[in-house]
Amino acid sequence: MDRRVEVGGAAAGPVVSGAVVSGAVAGDAEAGGGARTGGVAVVRAGRAARRRRSGLVVLGLVGLVLLLVGAGLSLGAVRLGPGAVVEALLGHGPGSFVVLQLRAPRVVAGLLVGLAFGVAGAAFQSVLRNPLASPDILGISGGASAAGAAAILLAGWSGPRVAAAALVGALVVATGVAVASWKRGLSGERFVLVGVAASLLVQAVTGYLLTRADVRDVPAALVWMVGSTGAARWPQLAVLAVACAVLLPALAVAGRRLPVLALGDDLARGLGAAPTPARVAVLAAAVGLIAVGTATTGPIAFVAFVSGPIARRASGTAGAGLTAAALTGAALVLAGDLVAQHLLGDLPVGVVTALVGGPVLWWLLSRTGGTRWAG
Amino acid sequence: MSLAVAPVRADRARGRVRRAGSLGLLLVLLLVVVAASLALGSRTIAPGQVLAALVHPVAGDVDHAVVRDLRVPRTVLGLLAGLGLGAAGALMQGVTRNPLADPGLLGVGSGASLAVVVAITWFGVTAPSGYIWFALLGAAAATLLVYGLAGRGSAPSPVTLAITGTATTAVLTSLITVVLLTDAATLQQYRFWSVGSLAGRDLAAAGALWPYLLAGLLLAFGVGRSVDLLALGDDVATGLGVRAGRARLVAGGAVVLLAGTATALAGPLLLVGLVVPHLVRPLAGLAQRWVLAFSVVGGAILVVAADVVGRLIARPAEVEAGIVAAFLGAPVLIALVRRTRLV
Repeated sequence: MDRRVEVGGAAAGPVVSGAVVSGAVAGDAEAGGGARTGGVAVVRAGRAARRRRSGLVVLGLVGLVLLLVGAGLSLGAVRLGPGAVVEALLGHGPGSFVVLQLRAPRVVAGLLVGLAFGVAGAAFQSVLRNPLASPDILGISGGASAAGAAAILLAGWSGPRVAAAALVGALVVATGVAVASWKRGLSGERFVLVGVAASLLVQAVTGYLLTRADVRDVPAALVWMVGSTGAARWPQLAVLAVACAVLLPALAVAGRRLPVLALGDDLARGLGAAPTPARVAVLAAAVGLIAVGTATTGPIAFVAFVSGPIARRASGTAGAGLTAAALTGAALVLAGDLVAQHLLGDLPVGVVTALVGGPVLWWLLSRTGGTRWAG
Repeated sequence: MSLAVAPVRADRARGRVRRAGSLGLLLVLLLVVVAASLALGSRTIAPGQVLAALVHPVAGDVDHAVVRDLRVPRTVLGLLAGLGLGAAGALMQGVTRNPLADPGLLGVGSGASLAVVVAITWFGVTAPSGYIWFALLGAAAATLLVYGLAGRGSAPSPVTLAITGTATTAVLTSLITVVLLTDAATLQQYRFWSVGSLAGRDLAAAGALWPYLLAGLLLAFGVGRSVDLLALGDDVATGLGVRAGRARLVAGGAVVLLAGTATALAGPLLLVGLVVPHLVRPLAGLAQRWVLAFSVVGGAILVVAADVVGRLIARPAEVEAGIVAAFLGAPVLIALVRRTRLV
């Protein structure tokens, strides 16, 4: 991978790209009379403009996610108006069983898993400095798939025990990749390539399991491996919610080092950041989120992969943009689930995200030539 | 002048003798593996019986039928698929100067798989001999797609190429899953093809496809010299009379023919094309034609050996050759990543 500095984050971006990005805004600032220190003013204005834009994007995404949550709660065989949904959520009215026991778990699962996948994917891409290095490509979701498929096909398990197996599978593969790529620290490139090897291995394992099983059991495993929010129930969701409540803030804290890491190891060290511990912390939190999320719903294809790039493009920053990526992930899963559930006759949501995510991925590849950050 | 040339010539001649010797040893190893593939399996058959089955078979003898109808076809298919993949990997690594270039890693397998699923589902193809054309087409399309995506502008870096291929595989696999979820009959047929199994395949496929493999090999060896010169840089190569664009095109065509046919014959065999050239390079040296020759033999050894191992480790059931090959190949890939600096 080329060693050019991939300018990242609000902390470092303006020095190089501010002048180009924000010509129009800089013009405003100068007209206002602050042209004395022209260079600094341009940089400042560029920074402010970008901050404003990412703020707007986050606000817009929050609105979109809330809208999708509302739609998820109100649509279905019995259509409920906004008032009826609120009433039902408070436990009154005729719709309360439908909303609280049937629709809400599905919506909450979509929301939490989307947040987890979106943020974890963006964190991976940022730490490994490769816009394509998401957990779905590096065998971590694949490890969860293989373990989940083994639980369904070999042991005949279902429900929480499949989830537990998937959790173990994801953690085992992630640890294995980290250990196998460890050599005087954790390098992004080695991690990516060892991850590719790991993903080939778990593919082989999954293929083996699918040929061994009774053909009547295979569809259940396939549905789980595509990813579906339909089977989520409150007890599992409580586990997922607790994990998100712990790991999302942890990732946010650890992720504050990401803009510095994006400058490259040598520069980051010079600025006082220790690259390896920071990387390990971020990756560990991200793996935790992926593992718990996958355990709950199965790996929902491409959400982790495309959330980060989409969020980066929308907000126009080159950094990790973890908040925007998390919200993008949630919006993708919720919207995909609405389409899968109501337009496609209750297919698993992963089918929709795969059909949408694949072309988005190819588009990203063709735009960026692979290595460069989508700016 | 001639004094300085003579030792260089002698040195070269010695190198050639040494390489030819190593290649001979490798061929002997291949013979051993082939013999093992004919002699070993879930049914125990005495070596004499195996020989008799090959030389003068007796109709109705179960041992002879097992050898002739089951073991010979899978051995032949393993040989052909292995030599195709080995040559394709060697050529690709030579042309791209990219140690991770491998048709399997670049999504050839998944392209072929998707085409096979389409063939079963929408075109109602049920005989494996009908899959092969679809697989060939899908493999070629996937190779072109990945190379087109990763190779825009300048030469793609190893990481970009690997990850583009893996990402494409992920996309195609999702599409395959979508089809399989809606069609149980397709699932039943497809799942065995998809793991790179040499069992139960038709020798007729080999009969139909060997000309494509041969054409790919001839192209590969024909373009070998130009590939060596391209390694010096396009300008130098052009100065020495190589038409760079045409050489790359021929090499690309050879890769598609070799890898596509191999995948059509045996299903996706991951990592064979990647690891074989690396394993043989210490013996073969740097010249492209030698690397190709060694990789052809090495690929055949690896696939046939993987098939034999798969038959023996889970007797009386078996593990498909593609799965064994993935487990043999992944550690090599990881070792490679750890050893070299792939920047």
